[in-house]
Amino acid sequence: MAKDVAASLNDILQNDQEALLRTWVDRQVGSPGFRSDRTSRQEVADHSARFLTQLREAIRSGDTNILASPWTDARRVLDELSFARAQQGFSPSETAQFVFSLKQPLFERLRRDLVNDPGLLATLTSEADALLDTLGLYTTEVFQRGREQVIMRQQQELMELSTPVVTLWDGVLALPLIGTLDSARTQVVMESLLQRIVDSGASIAIIDITGVPTVDTLTAQHLLKTVAAARLMGADCIISGIRPQIAQTIVHLGVELGSVITKATLADAFAIALRRLGLAVQKTAAAPARRDREGEDRDVRSSLDRPEN
Amino acid sequence: MERIPILKMGEYLLVSIQVDMHDRLAMTLQADLTDRIVSVHAKGVLIDISALEMVDSFIGRMLGDLAAMSRVLDAETVVVGMRPAVAITLVELGLALKGVRTALNVERGMDLLRNRIDARGREDAGRE
Repeated sequence: MAKDVAASLNDILQNDQEALLRTWVDRQVGSPGFRSDRTSRQEVADHSARFLTQLREAIRSGDTNILASPWTDARRVLDELSFARAQQGFSPSETAQFVFSLKQPLFERLRRDLVNDPGLLATLTSEADALLDTLGLYTTEVFQRGREQVIMRQQQELMELSTPVVTLWDGVLALPLIGTLDSARTQVVMESLLQRIVDSGASIAIIDITGVPTVDTLTAQHLLKTVAAARLMGADCIISGIRPQIAQTIVHLGVELGSVITKATLADAFAIALRRLGLAVQKTAAAPARRDREGEDRDVRSSLDRPEN
Repeated sequence: MERIPILKMGEYLLVSIQVDMHDRLAMTLQADLTDRIVSVHAKGVLIDISALEMVDSFIGRMLGDLAAMSRVLDAETVVVGMRPAVAITLVELGLALKGVRTALNVERGMDLLRNRIDARGREDAGRE
């Protein structure tokens, strides 16, 4: 932007900043896309005032590259706004509207002030237009980055949420798998299972696949890898929760489960685990009345002690 | 030359790998261990790899070979204390060490060895 053009744009912005700000905020609040549930007039006015001040500062430098250093402060205001709006669930166009809605009030002002100088009016309008366009696109870009961060955090959380390792009994771990098993998840599952085997000194791990919707050759391979790794650590694995369809798929695909013990239900697998540890579940007496709930729990517990004790 | 010590405890041999294995060391260990099994008539071998942080396919195969050699010499072998990262690496390398007995720690490993040797003793007695 030529120095004189920058100077006159700056003059207009400076002289009329208050009025311009008021019309701009009015436009934003009055537009049909205004999210009164997510933001307030006060907040919008606050952001707008800060942005307008920084915009003027930047324009005064005469630099039109918005990634250059005179624009740092103006960019920071937009960064803050876009990030906040991405987190609050605004749409990209609602966010970009913040910058684009400045065009109309600004152009009106230019037309009124430069009615005697059509040449300058045209230059200023086109310069300001290009500038606001770049700034609007920049806002969208930052917004997108904010959204991506949200998605990445959610993926991470989902990954952690979906791989709990449960202690069923002293020395027996259970790993209830829910959802599709891809390579990334297998890695997390394997690591958390192996770490828990080390921490708890468990000798049997039950992998329950009731919640795994489909088993293909890749999933089976991932399961077998986990079993093999657990075996290397000195723990036996039992795969449980194999639904009838999945049993059919496994056989049709020709997946060789080898020496891995498989059971239809987690209960069956748990029974095997207890037997391996030399434990047994016994029925003590007639089931106690309902109000003895706590006592009942105690009885079951003591009857699960080692037989020789 | 650097060597990995092989300790004799009763009828068992204890090998604790405390340093990072390199190929030369692994070959020496194989030679030493087979010699010792024969000379002391060991019934069981326990290999502790809890300090081993890095494995490659060679070391992985070496562990399998060690177990196989001991078996040929009629000694039960247990590998104990494998770290999760090492286990994952071996599996990813396709070395599931089939035929090698494993245990979580030395204590469990000794129990396993004792059980195996007892069971074998009973089998032999039954056959006579």
